[in-house]
Amino acid sequence: MKKIVLIISFLMALSVNAQEKNKKLTFDVDGKCEMCKMRIEKAALGVDGVKYASWAIPTHELSLVIDERKTNSMQVKMAIAAVGHDSKELKATQEAYDNVHACCKYREDDTDDSKKH
Amino acid sequence: MKKHFWLLASLIVIKLSAYAQEDKVEGQIFEATAAGEELGLSGANIYWLNSPIGTITDEDGYFSISFSNEYNKLVVSYIGFQTDTLFIDKPTKIKLALKPANQLDEVVVQDKRESLEKSYFSAQNVVTVGSEELLKAACCNLSESFETNPSIDVNFNDAITGTKQIEMLGLTSPYILITQENIPMVRGASQTFGLTFTPGTWVESIQITKGMGSVINGYESISGQINTELVKPLTDVPLFVNLYGNRNGRLELNTHYNTKLSKKWSTGLYLHTNRRDIEVDNNGDGFLDAPLANQVNVMNRWQYQNPETGWVSFLNLRYLTDSKQLGQEGFEPENRANSNLWGSEIDTKRFDSSVKLGYVFPNLPFQSFGFQASYSIHDQESYYGLNQYNIEHQSVYSNLLFNSIIGNTQHKFKTGLTLAIDDYNELVNNVRYTRTDGSFGAFFEYAYTNLEKLSLTAGLRFDSHNRLGEFFTPRLHIRYTPWERASLRGSFGMGRRAANFFAENQRMFASSRRIELLGNGGSIYGFEPEKATNFGLSLLQGFTLFNRQGDFSVDFYRTNFENQIVVDWENAEEVVFSNLEGESYANSLQIELSHELLERFKVRTAYKFYDVKTTYQTGLLQKPLLAKNRFFTNLEYQTKIKNNSRWKFDYTMHAVGQQRLPNTEANPAATQLGEFADAYVLMNSQVTREFSPKFEMYVGGENLTGFTQNMPIIGANNPFGTNFDTTIVYGPIMGRMVYAGLRYKIL
Repeated sequence: MKKIVLIISFLMALSVNAQEKNKKLTFDVDGKCEMCKMRIEKAALGVDGVKYASWAIPTHELSLVIDERKTNSMQVKMAIAAVGHDSKELKATQEAYDNVHACCKYREDDTDDSKKH
Repeated sequence: MKKHFWLLASLIVIKLSAYAQEDKVEGQIFEATAAGEELGLSGANIYWLNSPIGTITDEDGYFSISFSNEYNKLVVSYIGFQTDTLFIDKPTKIKLALKPANQLDEVVVQDKRESLEKSYFSAQNVVTVGSEELLKAACCNLSESFETNPSIDVNFNDAITGTKQIEMLGLTSPYILITQENIPMVRGASQTFGLTFTPGTWVESIQITKGMGSVINGYESISGQINTELVKPLTDVPLFVNLYGNRNGRLELNTHYNTKLSKKWSTGLYLHTNRRDIEVDNNGDGFLDAPLANQVNVMNRWQYQNPETGWVSFLNLRYLTDSKQLGQEGFEPENRANSNLWGSEIDTKRFDSSVKLGYVFPNLPFQSFGFQASYSIHDQESYYGLNQYNIEHQSVYSNLLFNSIIGNTQHKFKTGLTLAIDDYNELVNNVRYTRTDGSFGAFFEYAYTNLEKLSLTAGLRFDSHNRLGEFFTPRLHIRYTPWERASLRGSFGMGRRAANFFAENQRMFASSRRIELLGNGGSIYGFEPEKATNFGLSLLQGFTLFNRQGDFSVDFYRTNFENQIVVDWENAEEVVFSNLEGESYANSLQIELSHELLERFKVRTAYKFYDVKTTYQTGLLQKPLLAKNRFFTNLEYQTKIKNNSRWKFDYTMHAVGQQRLPNTEANPAATQLGEFADAYVLMNSQVTREFSPKFEMYVGGENLTGFTQNMPIIGANNPFGTNFDTTIVYGPIMGRMVYAGLRYKIL
C-alpha cells in the first residue's frame, strides 16, 4: 500500500511537470488599433500565470508565454472576451463589446486607424 | 499506513469535488484508439458557441464548464480532430469521443521581435529622430544633425575652428551623455570635436532623452542623453554614394557598401572623406573664417543574426584621421618657427573598436542578455599659436546586461555590471598631466506599467571609482495619462562626472588669456568631481485639427549643481577654473507645437527660455553666450509622389535672443564688446528633388540673411598681443552659404 501511495504521488508529480512553466502560444484575437492592442494585452496579462502578451495590429495575432501550471489559453480568451474582444472560439457579449471605445468597433470595420486618434 | 490511506482518499475527493457542482456541464473528452482504449485528450477546447465562456480539458481529458440558459451549443475542438458541436439545454454530464481529422491543422509559431516603443507610452521623455528628418539639413556630420530639432541648441564653439557645439537644457555637451549604440562616445579627449567624427550618412536614427537618462548607461548624464544608431549591414542599402559641395570650398564624399555573406553574416564598409582647400576670409580680419581641413574616416561593421537560436552580434572597427589648419591667412605650418603669423594645427587620429553580443531566449521573448565591450584610442596633437596642447586618451568600456520580468511583463527589470577605464595623457604647454580613471559598477532598473495610464521606471546604480569614490546614483521616471492622447511625465535623478576641463575648453588656447587653476586639492588635477541633480516635468498632448495630426508639448527642467568646475571668462586677461562655491543652476522651459497644417505641409514651432546662473568669481551671473530666449520654426512641404519622384522643401528659422557677453571692460575701448550681444535671426533652407527611389539631388542655403558677428576675433590685428581672443562667439562667422549634393543608392 505504501508503495502504491508513493507511485501515485510520483505520477501526480509527473503530470504536473508535463505542464510547461514557459509555454509559448499564439492565436488570433479580433481588434484593430493601438487602443485595442493595449486593452487586449492588459486583459491577457491580468490572468494569473500569463507572463508575456503581445498583440500585433496587422496580423491580429496574440503571442503569449504562459505558465501552464496556472492557466490555459481558454482562460486568457475568456478574459479577453470579458473586455470586448472576440477570438475564434469565444465571442464577447454585446454588453462587453458596447463598452469598448467608439474608435475600436472592429466588428463594423477592422482597418487600423490608430493614426487618426 | 492508515494515515497514507486518508491522504490518498482526501486527494481523490478533492479532485472529484471539482466536478460535483450544480449548474455545470461536466465530462470527459477522449480519443477511441484502434485497440479500443479510451485515451483522455488533454488541452481540448470546450466552449459555448458565440459566448465568452470556455475551458480546457485537464490532463486526463476531464472538463467542467458553467451552464447558462443563454447558450445551448457546446463546441469541442482539438487540433488534429474534427470539431464537434453538442446541443445542451441543461446541466449534465457528457462523455465524448473525438474523431481524428483527415488533415492536421498546422500551427506555425514564428519568432517576433517587439516593435519600437512609442514615446507616448515610455516613461522617459524621448524623441526619436529618424533618417527622414536627418535628410532635411544635408550637411554633414552629427554636430549639424540637430539644426531641425528644437530640443537641442547648436552654437558656435569659437571663431576659428568652424566647430559647432550643442546644448541641451541650457547646458553644454559635456553634461550630455552622448553614446553610439549605447557605448559612450563623445567624451574625454573627443569632447570638443567628437561630434564631427560621425558622418551624417552613417546615422540611422538618434534618440534624444531630455533630463536624466537610464542608469544602464552610467552615472555621467546630467542634462540628457543622445544615442546614435548607425546604419546596419543587414538593413542598409547594398550601395550608397553621396557627394556634397559648398561655396566655401568644402567637399564631402560618403560611400556605403553592404553585403550579405550568408544567411547569418553580413558586413558593411563605410567611407567618409571631406576636405577644404580654399582660404576664405570674408570678414577681412586676416583670419580664415573656416579651417583648411582634411578627414578620412573608415568603418567596417560585421553583423551576425540567427533568429533560430536567438543570438545577435555586432563587430565594429573604425579608424579616422582628421587634420585642420586654422589661423591667419597665408600661415604655412612648415615655416611655423620663423613665421610672424598666428597659426594653428589640430591633428587627430582615432581608432574605435567594439563588440556586442545579444541573446534572446527563443521561448521567452521577454528575457535576454547583452554584452558589449569597446576600446578606443584618441590621439590629438595640436598647437594654437604659441600654446601647445596634446592629448592621448585610451578608453575601455564594458557592460553586461540581463533583462527579464517579475511575474509578467507588467514588471520588467534590467540588471548588470559596468566596467570603465580611462587613461589620459595631456601636455599643456610644458606641463604634463596624466591620470587613469577606473570604475566598476552594478545597476538595477525596475519598470512597471499598468498597460494604460501609468508607467514608471526606477533605477539605482552603485559605482566604485578611484577618483569619485563609492556612490549611489538613483533615477526615477514616471508617466501618467491624465486624459486621452496626453502624456504627463516626471523625472528625477543624480549624475556625476570627472570633468576633463582642458579637453572640454581647449578653445581657451586660441587666446592670450592666462590659464588659472584654482583647484581645491581634489582628485582630478586638483579638482573635485562634478555632481548635480536634475528634475523635470513635461506634458505632451496630441490633437486633431482639420482632420490632421498635431501635438503640443510643454516641458520644464531644472539642474542643480552641488559641485561644478566653474569656467570663469569674466576677466578678459584670464580664464579661471575653480570648484563651485555657491549656487549654480539651469532652468529650462520649452513650449512646442507641431501640426500638419495643410496636406503634406508640416509646421513645427518652439519657444525656449533658459535661466542658467552660476556663481563666478564676481558673483552669481547668467551664463555667458547663452540666449535667454529662443524661437524656432521648421516648415516642411512635400509634393505628391508622381512617377516615383517628388519635391521636398524645408525651411528652418532660429531666432536667438540677446546673449550676455563675458566682461571685456578691461580691454582697450576698440576691443570692448559691451554687455550684451543683440538678438539675431538665422535661416536655412533646402530643396530636394527625388528623381526615383534610387537617385536624388538637393540644393540648400545656410544663414540666408547673411548675418555675421561683428568682430568675432578680438585683437585680430595683434594675435600675439595681450588682448587676442577667439572665444567670444555668439553668432555665425560665415555669411550666406550655398551647397548642393546628390545621393545615389542601389536598392
